[in-house]
Amino acid sequence: MVQDNFLGNYTSCVAARSTNRGILAGSQDGGIATGLLAFALEQGIIDGAIVSMVDPSEPWKPMPFVATSPEELYFARGTRYSLSPNLALIKEATRSYGLDKVGIVGTPCQMQGLRKGQLYPIGLRDVPDKIALAVGIFCMENFPYQSIIQLVEDHGNTKLENVVKMDIGKGKFWIYTERGAVVQLPLKITHKYEQPGCHVCLDYVSNLADVSTGSVGTPDGWSTVFVRSKKGNDVWAKAMAAGCFETKPIEEVKPGLDLVTKLATEKITKNRKSLEERAKFGIGKGLRNPYI
Amino acid sequence: MSGCTGCEVAIADNYAGLLTLLDRYVDWVYDLTLADVRHIPEMDVALVEGSVCINDHLSVEEIRETRERSKIVVALGACACTGNITRFARGGQQNQPQHESFVAIGDLIDVDVFIPGCAPTPQMIRNVCVCAYLLLKGNDDQKALAGAYLKPLMAAAKCDPAPTGCGHACGCDLIVGVINQGLCMACGACAASCPVRAITMELGKPNIDRELCIKCGACFNQCPRSWYSFDVTNQYESIMETIDAAMAP
Repeated sequence: MVQDNFLGNYTSCVAARSTNRGILAGSQDGGIATGLLAFALEQGIIDGAIVSMVDPSEPWKPMPFVATSPEELYFARGTRYSLSPNLALIKEATRSYGLDKVGIVGTPCQMQGLRKGQLYPIGLRDVPDKIALAVGIFCMENFPYQSIIQLVEDHGNTKLENVVKMDIGKGKFWIYTERGAVVQLPLKITHKYEQPGCHVCLDYVSNLADVSTGSVGTPDGWSTVFVRSKKGNDVWAKAMAAGCFETKPIEEVKPGLDLVTKLATEKITKNRKSLEERAKFGIGKGLRNPYI
Repeated sequence: MSGCTGCEVAIADNYAGLLTLLDRYVDWVYDLTLADVRHIPEMDVALVEGSVCINDHLSVEEIRETRERSKIVVALGACACTGNITRFARGGQQNQPQHESFVAIGDLIDVDVFIPGCAPTPQMIRNVCVCAYLLLKGNDDQKALAGAYLKPLMAAAKCDPAPTGCGHACGCDLIVGVINQGLCMACGACAASCPVRAITMELGKPNIDRELCIKCGACFNQCPRSWYSFDVTNQYESIMETIDAAMAP
């Protein structure tokens, strides 16, 4: 078990991608979240998963969704860079959907909410013991849906309906359209549109997930994967044995773990500073610090 | 006190787990509903359900006696913690129309631990019971873990952290204590925890129907940005394993 102040506890870290071409075709990077949940669903490790899909009524607007078949999971592939309150369905998944073994995908803060909810299930009756697999994603910050409209349509001068993929990488916000145009915005522009609550977040790589994954650290088309908990180890080992993923040691890929550590350190250091500034926000009065 | 007995039913909803708790960790010495004991005895821990009707002498006397005869007083459920739906009471109901004034038990006595929720969940009650036992009787590691676990619930009983709208415990706590403070990050835990579905997530943020809110405070307490302990959650796996082991048949 590796214990790292910024990357959390993990038993292994690899570069990986799905061996399923169908999954890879529509996934953000290596298709880890979709691939792992689809495998867990087929094996009965989970009965369904809370994921984020696009609200049919508006382009690129995410909404939480309980997927109970691999086909439904495929709808959720890819990243939306906007708010999807997946925990809102955590109790509903065990009630209306009748799931006894729930899978969930979420950001680092959502993993924190999930674990708090399992330890302190104040309003989450019968939920704590039914969380079978939590897949966490790397997250630097998130954007309200209206910010995405502002960035894509105003700054990017692109109709949201025509966008086929968005990506944040290499210091830029990338917008790809169906006609092949590529728009890039420097992150200097995007910063002011970030969700304010992200600026006190002290987790970059979903330290509390069973398995966490993200693009940073690995080449295009691959993902970095941290396997963390007993449940995570169990399902990852089974998925590897079943040939769901091909992997490379993280030490052998570029840019590697150093970049993940660098970005995690930057995020957490910046946000610790923001918490300190909040403490003396007014004169003799500050803003609340949620961490006790 | 003045409650619906739902919190007590939630204890019983641990089913076989309740028997394990009683066999191994707890002597059940007083309970108006389930035990044939008339007078409040000396106790290590008292779990109190319901708010106090200050127009009813017996209720006031009993909450005072409970404090005097218990080492630790736990407010079990939202009515005891913050008043909950009894905050809407205005009297005029038969057969005691003059019973119109209800307060959280913390308005009259010092409270040591909050278990919020309407009703509190069986798992939450179980976790608190096991951790309270480990705090008193466990080894050093278990004591440290259990102490860290209970700390936020003890702080909540002292209305910390502020500002939380403490004492009101309605959905507006989310607005005042989380969104107004620039802390909401759109996880949805509040909406999931609301027992009356008063919260929907609109564009990622909670939208509160105040006509439906019963002031139980579950949303605010469930929110990871109301209070959050890295000491506890970073050890979630070992805490859950410890509780499972303590409850194993």
